[in-house]
Amino acid sequence: MAEIRNFTLNFGPQHPSAHGVLRLVLEMDGEQIMRADPHVGLLHRGTEKLAETKPYNQSIGYMDRLDYVSMMCSEHGYVLAIEKLLGIEAPIRALYIRTMFDEVTRILNHLMWLGTHALDIGAMTVFLYCFREREDLMDCYEAVSGARMHATYYRPGGVYRDLPDNMPRYEEKASKWHSEAEIRRRNDARHGSLLDFLENFCERFDKYVEEYETLLTDNRIWKQRTVGIAVVSPYRAKQLGFTGPMLRGSGIAWDLRKKQTYAAYDQVEFDIPVGRNGDTYDRYLVRMEEMRQSNRIVKQCIAWLRRNPGPVMIDDPKVAPPKRDQMKQEMESLIHHFKLFSEGYCPPPGEVYAAVEAPKGEFGVYLVSDGANKPYRMKIRAPGFPHLAAMDEMVRGHMLSDVTAVIGTMDIVFGEIDR
Amino acid sequence: MITQSSMDKRVDDLVAAIEGQFEESEIEYELSRAFGEVTLQVGAGDWRKAAELLRNHRSFDFEELIDLCGVDYATYGQGEWDTADAPNRGFSRGAERSGLDAVEVEKRFAVVCHLLSLSKNVRLRLKTFCENDPPMVASLNPVWNAANWFEREAFDMYGVLFEGHPDLRRILTDYGFVGYPLRKDFPLSGHVEMRYDAGKQRVVYEPVKIEPRTLVPRTLRHDNRYEGRAAPESEGSDG
Repeated sequence: MAEIRNFTLNFGPQHPSAHGVLRLVLEMDGEQIMRADPHVGLLHRGTEKLAETKPYNQSIGYMDRLDYVSMMCSEHGYVLAIEKLLGIEAPIRALYIRTMFDEVTRILNHLMWLGTHALDIGAMTVFLYCFREREDLMDCYEAVSGARMHATYYRPGGVYRDLPDNMPRYEEKASKWHSEAEIRRRNDARHGSLLDFLENFCERFDKYVEEYETLLTDNRIWKQRTVGIAVVSPYRAKQLGFTGPMLRGSGIAWDLRKKQTYAAYDQVEFDIPVGRNGDTYDRYLVRMEEMRQSNRIVKQCIAWLRRNPGPVMIDDPKVAPPKRDQMKQEMESLIHHFKLFSEGYCPPPGEVYAAVEAPKGEFGVYLVSDGANKPYRMKIRAPGFPHLAAMDEMVRGHMLSDVTAVIGTMDIVFGEIDR
Repeated sequence: MITQSSMDKRVDDLVAAIEGQFEESEIEYELSRAFGEVTLQVGAGDWRKAAELLRNHRSFDFEELIDLCGVDYATYGQGEWDTADAPNRGFSRGAERSGLDAVEVEKRFAVVCHLLSLSKNVRLRLKTFCENDPPMVASLNPVWNAANWFEREAFDMYGVLFEGHPDLRRILTDYGFVGYPLRKDFPLSGHVEMRYDAGKQRVVYEPVKIEPRTLVPRTLRHDNRYEGRAAPESEGSDG
């Protein structure tokens, strides 16, 4: 009699729905998955080791490159840890700016997730729509920091600079690709400040979310692919260290923005959507609602920021660089500037852990300081890491085609998992 | 702020609960409070027992293991910026690290967990120093399943062995990697570099050719502003 063995299948690392560089070794019985063994680390850059060899501020840029679709949220976690260590707090306007950009980032992240998740399961259109909207938000990133993705905008003690009064515009000249009328239309919302542009986006955005929902929520194929797939019970979700939408999808109302509030989240109104069944479809619904709630928060922040001008950086020359003109005039400021950029600051010895509600879950930074100008140890708690660790449990017994749905629902980005 | 004081209250409750329960179950511990966070240090022998107590006892309810990582304390508190000879020889740009090959620190490797209680909305840092050579500590995988990959990572990065772990393989480093990259005696540039060799038609590994270099030396400053602040807070009660 022929011997029947399970079949081992190698999935990735170059598979388009492996979301980066996931290598998955699947042990299969026919179409059914018996065991999944994710091999990660193909994008390991040693961020933690690098941070140990750099003054605190120089590692902010690495944070953008961790979860490269929710850049500013990762920065926020790192900056909060440093602030906790130094015992400083950013001015209120900076807190509102951070809140606003955290939510802009959440929308950016969820649009990316939605587009690719839908694409993996077979809905092409959503992907194109999502990337259209991402473009506007990345323009906001660019206006405020000069970079469309890797912003390095948050600093210990505030943010790098205040919001710009002018939104950059497209050159009003017809080109091979765009007519003059087309460029005028694209510049329509860009005649005011960044806040005007963002407000214009917010007004449009709720309708966009509805559009995505008409394409997916009641779509028969979408439901067949997501309902009842990768069900995680509340108990298992806690055991597996889930956070963020993965935990809320299983019906646990836990959100750091509400429970352990930071920035200006205690000043704005928003709701926490919670799932019921803990399946892929519920997690989809949770994230869709989160986009609407984020939009709501951004609107409130815009209204507040319009009314309340003020400093965006702490007035502490040991942490924040002095103003340029001061530096040219005063000896003291020049010394501060030199010391800050050559040596950095030395926080007191001790260890802190600070966490933020990043779009994917709890992003935390554990810093150990021995009183030097560089962290002694930095550990990044990436939300995706324990999520991916649950891969084996989530896909076991499902079909091969469900693997892509599960990868999608986890909202995996390898920048943060591999670090 | 209201939220801040209610957080303090929860932390007070946690400290009181630890003092009560750990006394009762005869686990030796060291408790410290700093930066509004609680750190509980236990011996390596009590690691698993402490974790089970924290997870299962209703006065703690730490349902979630948020993070687990290793820390290498080999060079803790050592700066690279030595100014003793500077009046005679002047400052040089590069800073040298010495004595890293023969690190022999009593308590070198620590394993640190961050726990979160969803129902009590409080966090705790649980810490232990491993017994040396090879550093070993009990696995927390049966207590929190999330520990699986975190422990694999700590093993990969520091070579800490977790007793009772079901699948202790390397996780982030390359297949066939040698050494523990986050140890303080592991150079930043690593030991080998990789390139494609056109003659051999395959990828080859060679010893690294880059010289180690320090751009900004590690400097320790004793800032008087922090003296008063950190001291009274960090004085914890001993068990």
